[in-house]
Amino acid sequence: MEFYRSHVLVCGGTPCVLEGCKGVRDALIAEVKRRGLDREVKVVETGCLGPCDLGPVIVVYPEGTLYQKVRVSDVPEIVEQHLLKGRVVTRLVGEAPQAGVVKYEEPTYLGVQERIVLRNCGVIDPESIEEYIARDGYRALAKCLTEMKPADVIEAVKKSGLVGRGGAAFPTGLKWSFTAKADADQKYILCNADEGEPGTFKDRLILEGDPHSILEGMAIAGYAVGADKGFIYVRGEYVLSIERLGKAIEQAKALGLLGSNIFGSGFSFDVEIRKGAGAYVCGEETGLIESIEGKRGEPRIKPPYPGTEGLYGKPTVVNNVETIANIPPILLNGPDWFRKFGTERCPGTKVFTLTGDINNKGLIEVPMGITLRRVIYEIGGGIPGGREFKMAQTGGTSGGCLPKELLDVPMDYFTLPEHGSALGSGALLIMDASHCIVDIAECFMRFFEHESCGKCTPCREGTARLHEIVAKIARGEGKPGDLELLDELGSVMQVSSLCGLGQAAPVPIKTMLKYFRDEFEAHINDRLCPTGTCGI
Amino acid sequence: METAAKSASICPAKVSEILAKYSRRPDALVSILHDVQKEAGYLSEEAITEIASGLDIPVSKVYGVATFYTLFSTKPKGQYVIRVCENAPCHVLGAKAIVEALEKELGIPMGGTTSDGKFTLEYTSCLGVCGVAPAIMINEAVYGNLTPERVPLILKEYK
Repeated sequence: MEFYRSHVLVCGGTPCVLEGCKGVRDALIAEVKRRGLDREVKVVETGCLGPCDLGPVIVVYPEGTLYQKVRVSDVPEIVEQHLLKGRVVTRLVGEAPQAGVVKYEEPTYLGVQERIVLRNCGVIDPESIEEYIARDGYRALAKCLTEMKPADVIEAVKKSGLVGRGGAAFPTGLKWSFTAKADADQKYILCNADEGEPGTFKDRLILEGDPHSILEGMAIAGYAVGADKGFIYVRGEYVLSIERLGKAIEQAKALGLLGSNIFGSGFSFDVEIRKGAGAYVCGEETGLIESIEGKRGEPRIKPPYPGTEGLYGKPTVVNNVETIANIPPILLNGPDWFRKFGTERCPGTKVFTLTGDINNKGLIEVPMGITLRRVIYEIGGGIPGGREFKMAQTGGTSGGCLPKELLDVPMDYFTLPEHGSALGSGALLIMDASHCIVDIAECFMRFFEHESCGKCTPCREGTARLHEIVAKIARGEGKPGDLELLDELGSVMQVSSLCGLGQAAPVPIKTMLKYFRDEFEAHINDRLCPTGTCGI
Repeated sequence: METAAKSASICPAKVSEILAKYSRRPDALVSILHDVQKEAGYLSEEAITEIASGLDIPVSKVYGVATFYTLFSTKPKGQYVIRVCENAPCHVLGAKAIVEALEKELGIPMGGTTSDGKFTLEYTSCLGVCGVAPAIMINEAVYGNLTPERVPLILKEYK
């Protein structure tokens, strides 16, 4: 292994790619070589570093200096000043809260954060299996295969308290135990990477930043339940994720970490990628299974659940990307270690994506149970222009909207539902006081009408009617009784829809009616938009 | 509307080659449709019929799958498909103004194709780049942090 005095990490996540990080990386490599520093300084392209709205971002180690919005034309100055002379290029570090330099480890970015899922994102070159292995990669798999029985693995996951991070929060160990108990000649592990919840891009950046952690986690799940085949179902739009996963699978096969007789244990496991084709409902586990089988992605009637009757009718574990990324560290460090993070009821961390009216947009990982206030004001840097907070939607478009009175509620899978919302996928959409509640509600309802698959009546008709009623209110054509109708229709959909899509579609509108009813009423009764923005 | 988009049809031999790559397995239908569309630009009636007979499944089944997923199209599209995200995170940060700028610049409404067959304008599901909202995708390239002022500059690259 070669040693370098400095490492320059260039974020290669999609948001930075589209701001031109590849050009910056190439320019850095060329300039470092031109200056004769290529034996001392290594330029590495990593997965997502987190601050997505500041891209392209680079971090220079060992100092940990974070440069933002770096252009190719800035590269000669960075190389000459920082790498050659050891001086920080202050004009590229942004408006640091502390004097001078923003360091990647400093509070703004990592201080309140705990990184389990994102342990390797932005740290290693995701296209290098050697770097993953150097960070304890595949050690958990080795430990499971050589020291643990499948039942011990399931027991450890159960004890850790890990629950599904795709949104449904089902206990992962329990889910695995159903499939382990099922008697069948073939079982499957499916990784759900059909991340379609608006505002969510965590799975994309985990796959881009640390693809091997998913392969390792899936292989461990396969060993635990007795499956030798896995599929990763990735959105067709996630071009870079698919590319990096493909490379990772090849590398793991070449080293015998996937394939037959892994670590000489007799256990075999293979993984294939399946590309989605643009259907939100395929994020529902049985819709996803239908899609892999080459059909329309319409959810199945449950039970039977996939755990006993899933892909091709065989017992199948379906886990979200983030859930799987938690598996290797849990097995390596033990369930007690994992329970040190988060809350008693909901151990571990949660990856959130910060979007909307917030200064630091991007990807963060924090202990479960953190409050919205801390996320927005300590990590997110508050609201642009110091404007007033109006509401936050937690869990993506299928989550509820919380007003400022609930900024101090702990965010976990059990507390948020008590307030009518959900933690869901971890998307956080922050909205300031300039937004009209009816306009936003219409945007949400338009989404569900479009994405309803049409299989069951409550969802097919319900999403269309919800949208219709809200659109009328937005046009100034609302009438008394509309709000009661929205409430009642929403309740019917929640109890009678076939899958999570129709059950969740009324959640945003119901919370908005609960916390911002007066604003709806002003639109209906006074034909007036209190924010003056929705064109009524 | 007639467009001068990519070659109207795909030859049966090419479809056959794609089907062979997946061992003519009906459960590979989604992957097969991806490949055929990549080759032909869209899924024509001829292509759908060819796939159905090659896999020995009803045409209605192939058509049903082809029209279920938003990334598939049974109509020809422009050389460059501009997909605009108008989901909540993009909406909050001004996607409406981006839509207006695109419609004005291209002279077509949402869902339309320019008369020279160059551009198709449509909505997309969330692109998953909400950290840089509002965002659009032109074929496989994503553009973020958009303002109405940047729209003409981006389109210039494709004109």
